[in-house]
Amino acid sequence: MTSTRANRPLLEVRNLRVEFPTRRGTLVAVDDVSFHIDAGEVLGVVGESGAGKSLTGAAIIGLLEPPGRIAGGEVRLEDKRIDNLSAEHLRRIRGRQIGAVFQDPLTSLDPLFTVGQQLVETIMTHLDLSEAQARSRAIELLREVGIPGAERRIDHYPHQFSGGMRQRVVIALALCAQPRLIIADEPTTALDVSIQAQIITLLKRLCREHGAAVMLVTHDMGVIAETADRVAVMYAGRIAEIGPVGEVIRKPRHPYTIGLMGSIPKLDRAVARLVQIEGAMPRLTAIPTGCAFNPRCPKVFERCRHERPDLMPVETNHAACWLHAPTLTEATRG
Amino acid sequence: MADGSTPPGGPKSGPLLSVRNIARYFDVSKPWLARVIEGQPRLLLKAVDGVSFDIPRGQTLSLVGESGCGKSTVARLVVGLYRPTRGQVEFEGVNVTALRRRSELAPIRRRFQMIFQDPYASLNPRWRVRDIIAEPIRAHGLMKDSGALNRRVDELLRLVRLAPADGEKYPHEFSGGQRQRISIARALSSNPEFLVCDEPTSALDVSVQAQILNLMKDLQRELGLTYLFISHNLAVVFHISDRVGVMYLGRIVELAESKALFAAPQHPYTRMLLDAIPDLEMSGRGRTPVAGEVPNPLNPPTGCAFHPRCPWANERCRREEPVAKPAPNGALAACHAVEERRIPEKTG
Amino acid sequence: MADATEMSARSAGGTAPAALQRAFDSDIFYSFRNSPITMLAAVVTLLGFVGAIFAPWLATQNPFDLRTLNLMDASLPPAWVEGGEAKYLFGTDNQGRDVFSTILYGSRISLLVGVGSVLLALVLGVGLGLLSGYAGGSIDAFIMRVADVQLSFPAILIALLIDGITRAILPREAHDAAAVYVLILSIGASGWVQYARTVRGSTMVEKNKEYVQAARVIGRHPFAIMLRHVLPNVMGPVLVIATIHLAVAIITEATLSFLGVGVPPTQPSLGTLIRIGNNFLFSGEWWITVFPGAALVIMVLAVNLLGDWLRDALNPKLR
Repeated sequence: MTSTRANRPLLEVRNLRVEFPTRRGTLVAVDDVSFHIDAGEVLGVVGESGAGKSLTGAAIIGLLEPPGRIAGGEVRLEDKRIDNLSAEHLRRIRGRQIGAVFQDPLTSLDPLFTVGQQLVETIMTHLDLSEAQARSRAIELLREVGIPGAERRIDHYPHQFSGGMRQRVVIALALCAQPRLIIADEPTTALDVSIQAQIITLLKRLCREHGAAVMLVTHDMGVIAETADRVAVMYAGRIAEIGPVGEVIRKPRHPYTIGLMGSIPKLDRAVARLVQIEGAMPRLTAIPTGCAFNPRCPKVFERCRHERPDLMPVETNHAACWLHAPTLTEATRG
Repeated sequence: MADGSTPPGGPKSGPLLSVRNIARYFDVSKPWLARVIEGQPRLLLKAVDGVSFDIPRGQTLSLVGESGCGKSTVARLVVGLYRPTRGQVEFEGVNVTALRRRSELAPIRRRFQMIFQDPYASLNPRWRVRDIIAEPIRAHGLMKDSGALNRRVDELLRLVRLAPADGEKYPHEFSGGQRQRISIARALSSNPEFLVCDEPTSALDVSVQAQILNLMKDLQRELGLTYLFISHNLAVVFHISDRVGVMYLGRIVELAESKALFAAPQHPYTRMLLDAIPDLEMSGRGRTPVAGEVPNPLNPPTGCAFHPRCPWANERCRREEPVAKPAPNGALAACHAVEERRIPEKTG
Repeated sequence: MADATEMSARSAGGTAPAALQRAFDSDIFYSFRNSPITMLAAVVTLLGFVGAIFAPWLATQNPFDLRTLNLMDASLPPAWVEGGEAKYLFGTDNQGRDVFSTILYGSRISLLVGVGSVLLALVLGVGLGLLSGYAGGSIDAFIMRVADVQLSFPAILIALLIDGITRAILPREAHDAAAVYVLILSIGASGWVQYARTVRGSTMVEKNKEYVQAARVIGRHPFAIMLRHVLPNVMGPVLVIATIHLAVAIITEATLSFLGVGVPPTQPSLGTLIRIGNNFLFSGEWWITVFPGAALVIMVLAVNLLGDWLRDALNPKLR
């Protein structure tokens, strides 16, 4: 991760820590998370509920719900820190440089305005265009995201669109200021399988055409496999494994990723039993010491219970697991 | 099993559950006065419109389809949460839909139970787990002795891989997967033979889903259960079922053995659904995203409801409603194109 | 319902300390401890109830026992005013009754009417609301139309109406004896609509939840589902309404008694005391009406504050 690159990455997250102060103590929801996204790259962030994947996305665009707050680390967009900006400044970046697509399209669309009004407003806020130009650009965008009869549909209200069509509108809205990065949080989860495929294909194609990078947050490995270039697997607020998507899916190195991949039912081969990871994701109030996965890990050994592993290079991937420590043999013997 | 069970009566040979041409329409028109003033006709939503299937004892039949296809309505019709508009549900040859009196229904109710989708809504938050699990036993008066009842609840908790001590807790103290286990324990407490599972894992994370699916398979083997499994997830359906029915707009468009259906799907809609599944193995298999969206069920297309999205639709499909007919792979498919062999076989 | 006793003894008795622990741990208790005004309101309310319930033991005299009255002590000002006597803290009225004692006895009647009418309205409203929401259809339509009609009359008007009817059919002595119950009936009967509407709304939400469907699949009787499953889950808002309604009921009773259609002067409530005292206000004997009035205001304010806090504590989204 720290290897020197000639070009700075588009987004760089270093040691990000998100906390939720509660009256029973501070909960650490995202803990020491570091990754980068290069320009035009699709990074998948996958994990089960409570893994901290959505909060990581929210922290980057400054949309953490209070009392949640960034308690450490930094977020750099094109080498400029954005985690310590004022709310107003962040809001401008959010529309112009980072677009957002959420699970429920209705949270991104104002029910009181037509989609056209919302698109035109966003375009005019961020780009130097007249209203007529903005409107024709909005129609063009709607056509681009595959909305039939865009000239007519632009004057419709969000509730007049179906779920899939609404998500297309949201994607158009996220793209309209030509941002460099799009953060998509479970963009297809609320949709039917057939619509899901349409939206993924669309998102992927548009981002390629517009040269935007994507941080795709989802619980669905299938969506990641279809879309992402690299994938980060999160567990209990930390990245367990990160690497090229094909490597992580076909040859996972972290025991959690191995279990996760095995637990997905597959269509091409029938198995009597699925691989089962015993137990459940720990609650934030009771994250185990050492490696957070150690109570559920089939390959746990003494070191896992006391020391927390950082990401270590394993061939093409990085995995936070003592199994892959360079000094593994000594550690187990000693 | 403990003293509560009665030996299942009736013939052993025929299917355990048999659904005959069942339909359920919902009246979604405006209130009477508003309708009369605006001069609008009644609006009927045909959520389920003529569905038939059999489930042999010990097997799993899955109904799969996109939201709004009527699969959950079928589940609720089978357990009696809705009354069918027409058609009937037979349980071991007894027409359950004809039974009206609670006294006649109770002995049959005990023998089928339901598992719901949302583990956060399906358990009463004010009840202790022990009382939740014991509810069917108490409702049917299966056990009078509270000691035996407590032992039975302990046994059920262990059966779903929870600890007897968990019985004293409240639902909010458990994770989603654990709650679904409690739900299963409640469903099993009256010793049913048949479980209707309405999307039991779709609210769960994949690793938890695997735990629940494994548990359901184990329980089926140990207790000889019969499942009607409702899901939108084809991979889950493939994993759990013996036979699969694919639903579209209130009808079953294809019904086949699970292996046959996934190896050689017949109906164009089944083909599209299978194509739409993200390819985890990244084999580079080309895929064609399904075009279009599910039409408004209040105003379904004429003829075959799928024809506006179907690449093989012709004039007959637009005009004439297809009925289920045997297809080459032993499936039942309701499709003119399949019947006329208009669809080229897929290669590779 | 045989169900009321069906919970296993094991779950009912064995874990009482744990239940207590949970109560202390709960967010509601936490928000209580962090709101000094609420704690003060709770203390005042508690003192009011204790004072009313134990009036015969706390009061220095029984103001309605003529033998304890001394006309020589009539119209004495409060103890700290010149001419006041230490044993009559808030002074005495024109018949020599200790104002402090009359307040204790008066709040007894006020709280009895208040609590009684709240209970009546609650039972009536929750029952009808549950039935309306769960059954739906024509039963729901009928109950809700009755509620609409009821709402178009002000509560005071309904109370006056019921009072008038009972006056017409009961002889005067019987009416005086039954006055408290007439008040409970008239205030309670005019307050049920709010409970019914709230419970109906929550019931319609709850009945579509899967735990209710699960109970239906199990084959529970609809009444068992309403009482054992739905009722416990719709009672939160009812508690809030009941608390605020208690304050309203006390005020309504005071208003009716002040207007002279409430309890008779032989058995005065705070409202009656204020009305009687009002006659002496212009002769300078302000304490006869001011202290009962202050007692009423403080009590109602405290109960209202409790209700407000309860509403916020049970519904964190409102904060």
